Amino acid sequence: MVTGKGGTGKTSVAAALALSLAAGGRRTLLVEVEGRQGIAQLFGTDPLPYEERHLTDAPGGGEVRALAVDAEEALLEYLDMFYRLGAAGRALRKLGAIDFATTIAPGLRDVLLTGKVKEATTRTSGQRRTYDAVVLDAPPTGRIGRFLNVTAETARLAKVGPIKTQSEGVAALLRSPMTAVHVVTLLEEMPVQETVDAIAELTQLGFPVGRVIVNSARPPLPVGRDVTAAELRRGLLAAGLPADRATVTGLVDEARDQQVRRELEDSLRADLVELGLPMTELPLLPDGLDRAALATLAEVLGRAD
Amino acid sequence: MPSEDAAPRLDVDQILADPGVRIVVCCGAGGVGKTTTAAALALRAAEQHGRRTVVLTIDPARRLAQSLGLTELDNTPRQVKGIEVEVSGGELHAMMLDMKRTFDDVVLQHTDPAKAAEIFANPFYQAMSSTFAGTQEYMAMEKLGQLHARGEWDLIVVDTPPSRSALDFLDAPARLSRFLDGRMLRLLLAPARTGGRSMFTFVTAGFGMFSKVVQKVLGAQLLTDLSGFVAALDSMFGGFRQRAEQTYRILQARETAFLLVAAPESDAVREAAYFAGRLREERMPLAGLVLNRVHRPAVELDAAASLAAAERLVGLGGHEVTVDVLRAHAALARQSVRERQVAARFTEEFPSVPAVSVTAQPADVHDVDGLRTIGAAISRP
Repeated sequence: MVTGKGGTGKTSVAAALALSLAAGGRRTLLVEVEGRQGIAQLFGTDPLPYEERHLTDAPGGGEVRALAVDAEEALLEYLDMFYRLGAAGRALRKLGAIDFATTIAPGLRDVLLTGKVKEATTRTSGQRRTYDAVVLDAPPTGRIGRFLNVTAETARLAKVGPIKTQSEGVAALLRSPMTAVHVVTLLEEMPVQETVDAIAELTQLGFPVGRVIVNSARPPLPVGRDVTAAELRRGLLAAGLPADRATVTGLVDEARDQQVRRELEDSLRADLVELGLPMTELPLLPDGLDRAALATLAEVLGRAD
Repeated sequence: MPSEDAAPRLDVDQILADPGVRIVVCCGAGGVGKTTTAAALALRAAEQHGRRTVVLTIDPARRLAQSLGLTELDNTPRQVKGIEVEVSGGELHAMMLDMKRTFDDVVLQHTDPAKAAEIFANPFYQAMSSTFAGTQEYMAMEKLGQLHARGEWDLIVVDTPPSRSALDFLDAPARLSRFLDGRMLRLLLAPARTGGRSMFTFVTAGFGMFSKVVQKVLGAQLLTDLSGFVAALDSMFGGFRQRAEQTYRILQARETAFLLVAAPESDAVREAAYFAGRLREERMPLAGLVLNRVHRPAVELDAAASLAAAERLVGLGGHEVTVDVLRAHAALARQSVRERQVAARFTEEFPSVPAVSVTAQPADVHDVDGLRTIGAAISRP
């Protein structure tokens, strides 16, 4: 499970993680559940259907497949599997029953989404599991606790019956050592605060928290230790660059801003270290997120394990 | 920046000073500084333009909320003290949306206390009022409608929820209507409306099948709760929908100005472009784009030249500080070029939408002074 505050890049981290876990001839499934088509946008493909599709090859012969889970489709599939509804299921949808059911009972929607993840995770082909790992681009930190805590949400509505059984099965998997919830953050105040809050919530609910992944981390630059105008002017002249007053003060200002930023980042990093969890920093990639950039992130994540 | 070269410059002060503008809606993806921008604009409207302003925030950072005096979430506007309004005569009030409480208030307003108590106790209401996808958007619209109806404010500045899609905010009234007009709902309501003892007395082929499946999958208790909930809500649906549609029309009116907020990152810019397209479709007044967190080097020296110079100095030795500064400058210059390319995707698609770039602040903003600085930066880039 990969969560994080909106804007921290959790979709790209989830994709890089799926790539990394597929390296060396393994097969992974990258899943999204929020109907955003973030995976398709990231990889520049057509919108993903509710169907497991080849997404990309991983280094060493591995494969990443992708799936966009849709709650309505998952409900129909579920009903069909357990009640052999067939055409009746389609009639229900026409009536708006599916939309209605998943709208009015959001807990039901979540148990269907996580239920599909469970099904893919535990599915076997022949003697072995279909996927070596399933990576979920999960809802953001603000919603993650409620999303994973399926039993509590459905128990409010369904006291008995198959939905209750289903949610208990999902809950058991989500709390088992097979699951890890990774939290993606930036070294900025709000994302770090939400990371700390989400980890407290997840821990309290009994979900296994994996790593804290700091995204877009800038390499520590040792600038700012008393950059004086005189010294800079001397250096610029030696390098054959213009050393007029505007250039020198401009560069001193830049260095000072970076220093302020660095100090803030250091203090936020210290807050994260205090959580006592494994932490991985992914570098800021100045040229954006293309396939090569994702491969770089996958490599960093691979080294972390 | 191409956003400044290609697009007309967005003049925020003109909007904030215009007495004809009564609502400013800030929208965009999560994590782009939307709440901070809304708060900074509201402060500026009060301090610089003397307007009696209220800012409706959805989920502000703790310290930003504290700086506005929002220590408790009580769902009513509170005056922000300690701001500079002696000259202008303006006022700033701030509030944080409490989704559940707003929903409860709507129920209380449209029904009698006994029925309201029944609704509050229903497990479906509890689920829907706290977790229904889109409830926050409906309630933000509802609260905006309420503030507007009170007529106490010269200007209402609204922050929009960090939706999984910015469209949810605009879609709220339509989705609500679709939900209320849905055949499912009418089927569930039918027995209550016809005075039937059991909801199963009024059975169509489809509905019979539905109830059978639901009973099988979810249990009979759930169906009883559901029909109870739907019947209890029935009385207030009309008023609720009417309000949502009213607010929608206010958003289309000339008194509203939409500001897109983005950062120069692919996702945020894509979201802004998507939203701009939707606003155009819905004929909603888009005033412009605020591009936050833009990195601008203070010196015009490109990344390659800067790095090459740093290498020369490494060869010479003895210039460690200058080497560090030049490398840092190169990284900044490179980031700036990248940001321009990303921002250009918006301005190329919407060349006539005014835009303004706001330089990234070295540290996060969490006091009134910081908001004032941001407000000035948006107005005088």
